[in-house]
Amino acid sequence: MGQTRDIGGKKMSKNLKSEEILKYFKDEFKTKIKEGKIYKRVAGSKKNEKLGIWLKIDRTIFKDFIKHLCALQFPHLSVVSGNDLGETIELIYHFTLNSGKRMKEIELNVSVDLPKSKPEIETVCDFIPGALVTEREKQEMLGVKVIDIPDTRKLFLPDDIPDNVYPWRRDKTGPEKYYKNLHEVKK
Amino acid sequence: MKAKSTTKTSYHIPIGPIHPALKEPVHFEFEIDGERIVDVDVKLGHVHRGIEWAGSRRNPIQILYLAERICGICSYCHPIAFSLAVEGIADIEIPERAEYLRVIQGELERICSHMLWAGVAAHEIGFDSVLYITWEMRERALDLTEYLTGNRVTKAITMIGGVRRDITKDMIPRIQKDLKYLKDNFEKLRHIYLDDKTFKLRSKDCGILTNEEAVKLCAVGPTTRASGVKKDVRVDTSYFAYGDLDIDYMTPDVLTGEVNGDVYDRIVVRLLEVKQSIELIEQCLDKMPKGDIVAEPKVAKLLAQLKKVEGEGIGRHEAPRGEVVHYVKLTGEEHPYTWKVRAPTYNNILPWIPMLKGEQIADIPIVAASTDPCMSCTNRVGIIKDGNKNELTKEQLHQLSIQKTRRLMK
Repeated sequence: MGQTRDIGGKKMSKNLKSEEILKYFKDEFKTKIKEGKIYKRVAGSKKNEKLGIWLKIDRTIFKDFIKHLCALQFPHLSVVSGNDLGETIELIYHFTLNSGKRMKEIELNVSVDLPKSKPEIETVCDFIPGALVTEREKQEMLGVKVIDIPDTRKLFLPDDIPDNVYPWRRDKTGPEKYYKNLHEVKK
Repeated sequence: MKAKSTTKTSYHIPIGPIHPALKEPVHFEFEIDGERIVDVDVKLGHVHRGIEWAGSRRNPIQILYLAERICGICSYCHPIAFSLAVEGIADIEIPERAEYLRVIQGELERICSHMLWAGVAAHEIGFDSVLYITWEMRERALDLTEYLTGNRVTKAITMIGGVRRDITKDMIPRIQKDLKYLKDNFEKLRHIYLDDKTFKLRSKDCGILTNEEAVKLCAVGPTTRASGVKKDVRVDTSYFAYGDLDIDYMTPDVLTGEVNGDVYDRIVVRLLEVKQSIELIEQCLDKMPKGDIVAEPKVAKLLAQLKKVEGEGIGRHEAPRGEVVHYVKLTGEEHPYTWKVRAPTYNNILPWIPMLKGEQIADIPIVAASTDPCMSCTNRVGIIKDGNKNELTKEQLHQLSIQKTRRLMK
């Protein structure tokens, strides 16, 4: 068990190569893949390689991209991280592929830029149910609206935190005025 | 939560945020039909201390010591995952000896953590004598940690580009002596946990997570491996010296020939991993090459170098509870722009739901503890039934669990 996982009738025992993955998505989505690079790290005395891919994709193809990725091989979603870049909010989906094979794992980091005027992204929970925790966190921490998310409640933040305050933001919706006036908090 | 959905046959019981089975605050709300759990809801964030935010006001070396304080039990995993991320961005080459020393520290932490967990698991089902046996063994592993790093818990061994303390030739006999002690006592532990009739009754077919659920819910660490999913960062990728060592996935079928994904299997996996960790440390002591232990010994010079680099990186390490992920973005300033910490329990939250559904109230402590959640505890549980509030204290819930064990023993 484990070696060939059976998800949705698809056997996923095939071993993907980083170049193949990059080429597959570039052929499929052409210019909508804005950036794509492979990185390598070596470790230990034997200098075995660890491989990874950074992809920057257009938000219009995001859901389609996830669909293609799941069809290629069901990925493990580690976490979604986010940056407030001023004009835009960047979400980075950290996947891993090829788990279960000795030193064959590939990290796949997919970055999507969302405009601050309309920070919306589709949910991936219908493909990867395990994404719920991290998507709920992005909603409350970055003020990103995850469309069709199965659970819209807050996860880490208390329910009484004011609306339109997002701890990871660096603009006026950030947490600044709250931590600067901590002495004013009623006991 | 859904108080209005309560019917005559089902009621709600909140557990937490402060509770004995959980080592850190977390809030569960159970929908109960008689003794059976129908639905579970989890609420987190009671110890959200804004450490990542504090980190974006500190330099990378200061963050190492801050990261160490995210969790007492995983005080090595977090700084080392952060280091891996920063080393990736700055392209720092780690000396070979340091890679081996990092494996030794990582595996020693795994032994301490799994032993701690085994004791807690025994306590949850009312076997306090077993708790004392396991923790006596863990004490030796902690003494060894103190001998190697100078501290039992907060070790401060990590440095970007290597480690801070070497293992010299004269230290090896002491390490071997302690490893031998652990190995000799391992059989005793295996016999208690895996052959004892009552242990089997409480843990077999209890809190099941299927292979498919584990994959779809992105579970990590021993929780996912106990369901037969071969996923272990140490084996999957090459980092530290793991690529040089003889290591394989520890799934329950290695020992028992079958995978059920229940609490028993999670015990099997952790015990196998304790043995595996001892062997890995021995391999490292054998193979460790001579040389430096850190890439850049001058901290000021290292900081100046890190101040110039730009980019983003991921650090992944297999912590005792599973894959820990740190994302770091450096923008050529003193402080990192973003630092995101993803601890393994984060991914093991959702798998709790299928595990707990259909189980009994008395199984809550052992099932919740079986994923080894990194959460702290004490106090009480409240039961709300027909609008009346009854409180179940820590002792009462613990007693319920003990009574179930006694019933099964008859």
